[in-house]
Amino acid sequence: MIIKTKKDIPASEITDPSIFKKRRQIIKATLATMLTGGVIWPALANSTQPVWGNLPKSPVSNDSLTVTPAEITKNHTNYYEFSFNKKEATSLAQNLVTDPWSVEISGEVEKPGSYHLEDILGQQTLQEYVYRLRCVEAWSMVVPWVGFPLASLLKMVKPLSTANFVKFTAVYQPQTMPKQLANAMLEWPYVEGLRIDEAMHPLTILAVGMYGERLPKQNGAPLRLVVPWKYGFKSIKAIVKIELIKRAPITTWNKFAPNDYGFYSNVNPAVAHPRWSQNSERQLGSSFFTPRRQTELFNGYGNQVASLYSGMDLRHFF
Amino acid sequence: MTFRFNNLYSLTLAVCLIPLLWLLIDTAFDNLGPNPIQALHIRLGDWSLRFLWLTLAITPIQTVTKWRGMTEYRQMLGLYAFFYATLHVLAYLLMDHALVWSVINIDIIESQYIWFGVLAYIIIFSLALTSPKWAKKRMGKNWKKLHRYIYLAAGAAIIHYYWQLKGNLAEPLFYLVIISLLLGFRVLVWVKNRQLTRLMIPTGQRVLVVPVKQFVMAETIKKKLSQCHPISQQDESLSSFQSIS
Repeated sequence: MIIKTKKDIPASEITDPSIFKKRRQIIKATLATMLTGGVIWPALANSTQPVWGNLPKSPVSNDSLTVTPAEITKNHTNYYEFSFNKKEATSLAQNLVTDPWSVEISGEVEKPGSYHLEDILGQQTLQEYVYRLRCVEAWSMVVPWVGFPLASLLKMVKPLSTANFVKFTAVYQPQTMPKQLANAMLEWPYVEGLRIDEAMHPLTILAVGMYGERLPKQNGAPLRLVVPWKYGFKSIKAIVKIELIKRAPITTWNKFAPNDYGFYSNVNPAVAHPRWSQNSERQLGSSFFTPRRQTELFNGYGNQVASLYSGMDLRHFF
Repeated sequence: MTFRFNNLYSLTLAVCLIPLLWLLIDTAFDNLGPNPIQALHIRLGDWSLRFLWLTLAITPIQTVTKWRGMTEYRQMLGLYAFFYATLHVLAYLLMDHALVWSVINIDIIESQYIWFGVLAYIIIFSLALTSPKWAKKRMGKNWKKLHRYIYLAAGAAIIHYYWQLKGNLAEPLFYLVIISLLLGFRVLVWVKNRQLTRLMIPTGQRVLVVPVKQFVMAETIKKKLSQCHPISQQDESLSSFQSIS
């Protein structure tokens, strides 16, 4: 006997909560444009429509910094899973499947489990964080991230006193990531790590967006880490697993070239990469004949984070 | 014939300026991507490397094809390598650093990949200085000695290229393969000549032969060879020996 039941609503059919919340605005705007004779629908269909219009700025946000144009940030990002070339990586990253997305949190915690991204976001207050991002390749940009403190997620799962480090694992999706499929260069999936006090620091955030929009895939959608006082490669993209562990994790770049990329990788102009200087950086978006920017210790966040490393020889623990 | 030759020479001279023109157009139309300063000076460096490779390709091409009269082209390509290298250095100093020497000095001291770039540039610079015919005449034997440093410049240039990268080695690998072939060819010829010299000249005679000019040496070997075994294979290797002498 065939029992006919109504099909479940597919996830793709569910209205985005942010749009749902703005329904009154949308109706008002539609009516307004109808009255003024304008056209609203193409604008709504455009995926670059801001998702988070006017988020409150976090108190730790650097509002004095000049934000880098979004077009630059969206086109100048490393994503070695897709390609070693930034331009190619940006276009290939569009193949990444980010929906549905869940994050496994495990290890030394009271409440381990697999959490849907929407459920995590439902419990977090999103804010805007304007941070400078300093890449180990000696360029920098200023990005207005949308996210929440990593600490508030970790508190939700209640770390045990034995949790000394946090290990982050990025997505393993060889069917969309050519370099994973080819097993090229680095060991996949990408792994990063922080000491627990670094992870709990208010500057350390998990980002889901930038420039008021959802994160573009090439910039780490749907969920990435942002640690502004460390070189960019520490800020792992497309996180699927967060483990709280007793001992320091082996991280991807550190394993690949331990003399070049330390576990800490704090921005430090006094410690050169073995093959190039870290003393200055090219600020993206600056015009020709503009001098480079003098790189600051801890990327300028020394006041907030230097105490984490007091008594440590930063040349040794680079 | 002379007219055609000059025509081809001028044409080559003009064609070698296309990369610069192309770069200027890309700069004018804001076509250099999100990091235009880096893109500009890296592209100039790329072209310098390519011209250096082309310069080094002339001798093997002459040897294999037995074409003559390519020396002028080798000089032109070498000077273009110097031209693009100079623009590369100027772009680094002016566009990227706006001549802030305090920052430039630290950058050069701390960046090992730049040391190799500087080495390559100093060599290419001195080769360009001694490029005119009168300099060649005046320097005599030393000219050839000095200009052999182009091999060192090529090695330094490829290290300069490799070491500024974080790990993506596919692109420079292409250039490494080409230069290995170009330099490998010379090593092969050199080894072959040595072997021939060893084989063909009795120990007693060698002492006498060495100071004699190379073409005389070739003649001696040819005689010896025809005396011993006039095998076609050896004839072939002999001809390649002669063409580079």
